[in-house]
Amino acid sequence: MTEVKTRSQWWDVWDQFKTHKGAVIGLGFLIFITLFVLIGPWLWTLDAGKLDVRNKDLRPFYTGLLGTDVKWAWAHPLGTDNLGRDVMANLMAGGQISLAVGWTAMLLALLVGTLIGVVAGYFKRVDGLLMRFTDLVLALPLLPLLLVMMMLFREQLRAVFGPETGIFILIVSGIGITSWMHTARIVRGDVLALKEREFVLAARSIGTPSRRMITRHLLPNVMSPIMVSATLGLASAIITESALSFLGLGFPSDFPTWGKLLFDSTDRMTDFPERVVWPGLCISLTVLAVNYIGDGLRDALDPRIRGL
Amino acid sequence: MLTYTLRRLLMAIPTLLFIALVIFLLLELAPGDPMSEIPLTVPPEVKEQMRAALGLDQPWHIRFVLWLNQFFVVEPQVWFDHMFGTSFAEGKGRIISFQSRGPVFDTIGERIPQTLWVVGMSYVVGVLIALPIGIISATRQYSIFDQLGTLISMIGFSVPTFFTGVVLIEFFAVYLGWLPTIYITTLQVNDWSSFMQQLRQMAMPVFVLALFNASQISRYMRASMLDNLSQDYVRTARAKGMTERVVVMKHVLRNSLIPVVTVIALGVPSVFGGAIITEQVFKVNGLGQLLIIAINGNDFPMVMTLTFIFAVLIVVFNLIADILYGILDPRIRYD
Amino acid sequence: MSLKKILLGATASLALASMAFADAHEGERGRDGQLNILYWQAVSIMNPYLSAGTKDIEASSMVLDSLGSYDAGGTLVPDLAVEVPTIANGGVSADLTTITWKLQEGLLWSDGTPVTAADVIFSWSYCTADGGGCSQAAKFDGVTAVEALDDLTVKVTFAAPTAFPYGPFVGAQSPIIQAAQFADCLGAKAPECTEANFGPIGTGPFMVTNFLTNDVVEFAANPNYRDPMKPAFATVTLKGGGDAASSGRAVLETGEFDYAWNLQLAPDIINAMAEAGMGTVVSAFGTNIERLEMNLTDPSADLPDGERSTLAHPHPFLTNPLVREALSIAIDRQLLVDVGYGPAGQSSCNLVPAPAIYASDNTSCLTQDLERAAALLDEAGFTVGGDGIRVNADGLRLSILYQTSTNAVRQDVQAIVKDAWNSIGVEVELRNIDASVFFGGDPGSPDTIERFYADVQMYTNNFEGNDPQAYLGAYACDKIPSAETQWAGVNINRVCDPVYDAMVLEYAATTDPVARAALAIKMNDFVTKDSNIIIPLIYRGRVSAHSNTLGGVVMNSWDSEIWNIADWYRIGE
Repeated sequence: MTEVKTRSQWWDVWDQFKTHKGAVIGLGFLIFITLFVLIGPWLWTLDAGKLDVRNKDLRPFYTGLLGTDVKWAWAHPLGTDNLGRDVMANLMAGGQISLAVGWTAMLLALLVGTLIGVVAGYFKRVDGLLMRFTDLVLALPLLPLLLVMMMLFREQLRAVFGPETGIFILIVSGIGITSWMHTARIVRGDVLALKEREFVLAARSIGTPSRRMITRHLLPNVMSPIMVSATLGLASAIITESALSFLGLGFPSDFPTWGKLLFDSTDRMTDFPERVVWPGLCISLTVLAVNYIGDGLRDALDPRIRGL
Repeated sequence: MLTYTLRRLLMAIPTLLFIALVIFLLLELAPGDPMSEIPLTVPPEVKEQMRAALGLDQPWHIRFVLWLNQFFVVEPQVWFDHMFGTSFAEGKGRIISFQSRGPVFDTIGERIPQTLWVVGMSYVVGVLIALPIGIISATRQYSIFDQLGTLISMIGFSVPTFFTGVVLIEFFAVYLGWLPTIYITTLQVNDWSSFMQQLRQMAMPVFVLALFNASQISRYMRASMLDNLSQDYVRTARAKGMTERVVVMKHVLRNSLIPVVTVIALGVPSVFGGAIITEQVFKVNGLGQLLIIAINGNDFPMVMTLTFIFAVLIVVFNLIADILYGILDPRIRYD
Repeated sequence: MSLKKILLGATASLALASMAFADAHEGERGRDGQLNILYWQAVSIMNPYLSAGTKDIEASSMVLDSLGSYDAGGTLVPDLAVEVPTIANGGVSADLTTITWKLQEGLLWSDGTPVTAADVIFSWSYCTADGGGCSQAAKFDGVTAVEALDDLTVKVTFAAPTAFPYGPFVGAQSPIIQAAQFADCLGAKAPECTEANFGPIGTGPFMVTNFLTNDVVEFAANPNYRDPMKPAFATVTLKGGGDAASSGRAVLETGEFDYAWNLQLAPDIINAMAEAGMGTVVSAFGTNIERLEMNLTDPSADLPDGERSTLAHPHPFLTNPLVREALSIAIDRQLLVDVGYGPAGQSSCNLVPAPAIYASDNTSCLTQDLERAAALLDEAGFTVGGDGIRVNADGLRLSILYQTSTNAVRQDVQAIVKDAWNSIGVEVELRNIDASVFFGGDPGSPDTIERFYADVQMYTNNFEGNDPQAYLGAYACDKIPSAETQWAGVNINRVCDPVYDAMVLEYAATTDPVARAALAIKMNDFVTKDSNIIIPLIYRGRVSAHSNTLGGVVMNSWDSEIWNIADWYRIGE
């Protein structure tokens, strides 16, 4: 197989991907939101944690332009919160953490889940053991588990990586290791069924080794449940993080995340709807974008569709 | 199949004992303490006596064996006594909650009705909505219906229930004044008006949870249908001149249900785990609220018992899912 | 007399006026039908001797009574007793070793049997029985005997002269329980009496008719209550669960419930709810002080286990009084009140904020003074370094780890304090810990208030009743938590000063009320304004809400919040 040929295969995938309108828009939005949270703070230099109590509870500019008697200022285009922190700066800073947590935890969960699912489904000998292990992890209560992790590892991680990265690693691994079980169960179910299909039997009869069997024949065929898991996993990781902050196990209170911004503003929703709308939109649109990209990728990777 | 089921059931016993041990050790290691809800005005010596009265001065392995005995011997005896008027459990210590100092199982029994009514109902509703949505979305991929379904399910999944719950309350309870925000546990349903009242107090929590469940399941259903629709056997079936309806409902659906059944079966135990945040927002004091109160108060016997029951359900429903695989797909052989 | 005290007095007289108003609504018992109360922390048990949780104690106070209780002004008033025994009326012996209570005549339990001295004696033996783990055991500290002089007279004897003999049988924490009902529940058998613990027979205005653990309690008016005209409500439902915001909504916005307990919400949220006009927000102040505690020992993670936060290693910079004072005056306490507490808080510089005779006239910390704070840090040798953080000549950075429990209001306060400290060149790392861990006191957990593995921590503490002896006695040297004591101990700041220890001993020996008050003020000033070891922030009140159709509510922060529920009534539509 020459290098040229490999590349052309990926070009095929890209061509097919491009025809999926939703996926292209999704990719565009994902790039935009990633740039917004990464490059944004360079352009919008206000510190997200800076209090400015005199300018608290400012409304966003559009309410100012439409309404007459609301308090607003161009200095804070999306308004400020109850302590005068800039909402736009918080959306950027919060997005950095939320996206990082969402992606890392989701990828971690996907990796573990797929690995265990495929191995359990393919190798009958370890199936029982791995699935009972999955049952065990499913049964573990999340909160005490995280409390124990905090207690055991927080100081060490803080010493090595500093308070911010330390807690990030803790939270990501906490969410990751408690959310792979569904993926594992589903992938295993699919693999069990695939194993009995004719093309797998055919591949086996010509002596395909297990490793090749899994990577070439099984994995591509379980892509769609994995993609769905990925989309749902990204959303649930972002949400779980906010639930954790709410329960006192998340990031320290001076690190905003989208989920936490949404949670903190829920009680003030009637007076300041923008404070829930913006973080809510950020989460939903990101998840939606990833979902469409997943759809597009699945279609693009499926040779039956691509060949058409 | 029968021997497989029996073997799995036998296997479940050591598995569950091991799970019990792991949960127990986890809770043992956890940094909380049942004294956390006692005001700081109570001096440390008194707290020490209170801990001793809860049995916390015993080493963990003794407490673990005691709990096993209470769970597997005493509690079934109590149940038996209750059913047949015998007195096997007389004078034996039941599992006692640290917080209420009452038997854990009595409290759990009080919670099951509202959990089934609200969380269970929302799961059934969620599944019933999700399956047709998933099927239609897949057969008419990229139609308006599909796009709308995708949008709604993504919103349903990515917007947390603590937010949707409050939005509904603000609109239906505060602004319109149609629905109550508080779930009344003691409501007796015995006539039409009390039945309507029950429906009204269930409406919002069931809606919030059903939306959440439906979004998740419909995604899996759609993906699984799409996978199967592009298979060769579907082309064959169509080529044989079968109507699209028969192709979809008979051939594709049955094959697509396999992964979805896993998702649904795995979700059932979580019904009994309750929906902590939704229960809190609407004050439905179900099992989820019981668990979170117990965790916050470090009510060790309550958390241990609830989590273990949860573990039993998980093991049982995984078994059910595996058996269903075999029935839905005769190619899968476990023996 | 400060303006604040005058205002407080005005509130008290308003309260009296509304009580007089209540008397105009007399009628037969049960005339007003159903009352709905919401406690967002659900009730677990109706026996205060087995639980010290506020929700449980307050719910039981509807059923159980004590000999005496505290009214809304913090004054001790008779409840089941005829009068409050004092030296003047001969109830307390001149040597302060006995107190004699006389029960009112004709008192009946809700089951119709008479209340006698035997029940009072039983309540004492119930709480002091071995193996019972009675949560109120401290109330009976030093009691050697409780005897009946006749059917209605009880004499309590103390081992030593006791200047404050009102611990036993006073307040909702130590009520009288029925001997007949609890006779078989002594000691280790206490938890077996589930029925009695969930539905005690009492002398209060209501009796339990249905109890669902951690969910809902239903009550009916007690047919044998001592005042035949009370209570006005025939039945009460006490629903638990949810959170403060949703229970505030149910009373203030939808009007589904009549009373919502403990609405600890940011003032802008609660004000927005109150605008709906369905209910009223009420507050009352007792002795709760939200404070910052300075760790006088080194919490550094580099120290070997067992030596962190112990006297062996003094704190590198918080032992310097100049630094502590700078940290105190850098904070704008009024801003904390405005943002986090509203009607439920007042800025304060005292550890003992009330009763009036015990409260020091200490206002030095109330005005924020960033310039002076900066000057103090300069004086202490810390100058602003390249990154804006102060460093001293030895390269020691002013970097503080500031921890508290997880709670929206506390996190807002943390943000404001951090901002203020940053502005004087102090680096701050925030940490919030789950309340069940933070206040749990688990000796194995590093995150408890007793371990104090941080430089500064924030929480609220108070004292029960109206005498701060145990509260101020906490800062004695021998009460420091350490590995040897399994991290049990109430001297969380690790204060160890012979001068203060001497004052603690002197206080316990002083019996003259005026001298006690003077000494209490001196001790208060020692740990607050003189040394800033404790930096008081907010004098916190309880805040609740009641529907506009519910009359007679008088908030009380000295005893059960719903202490006068017998006087509540429905205001006509």
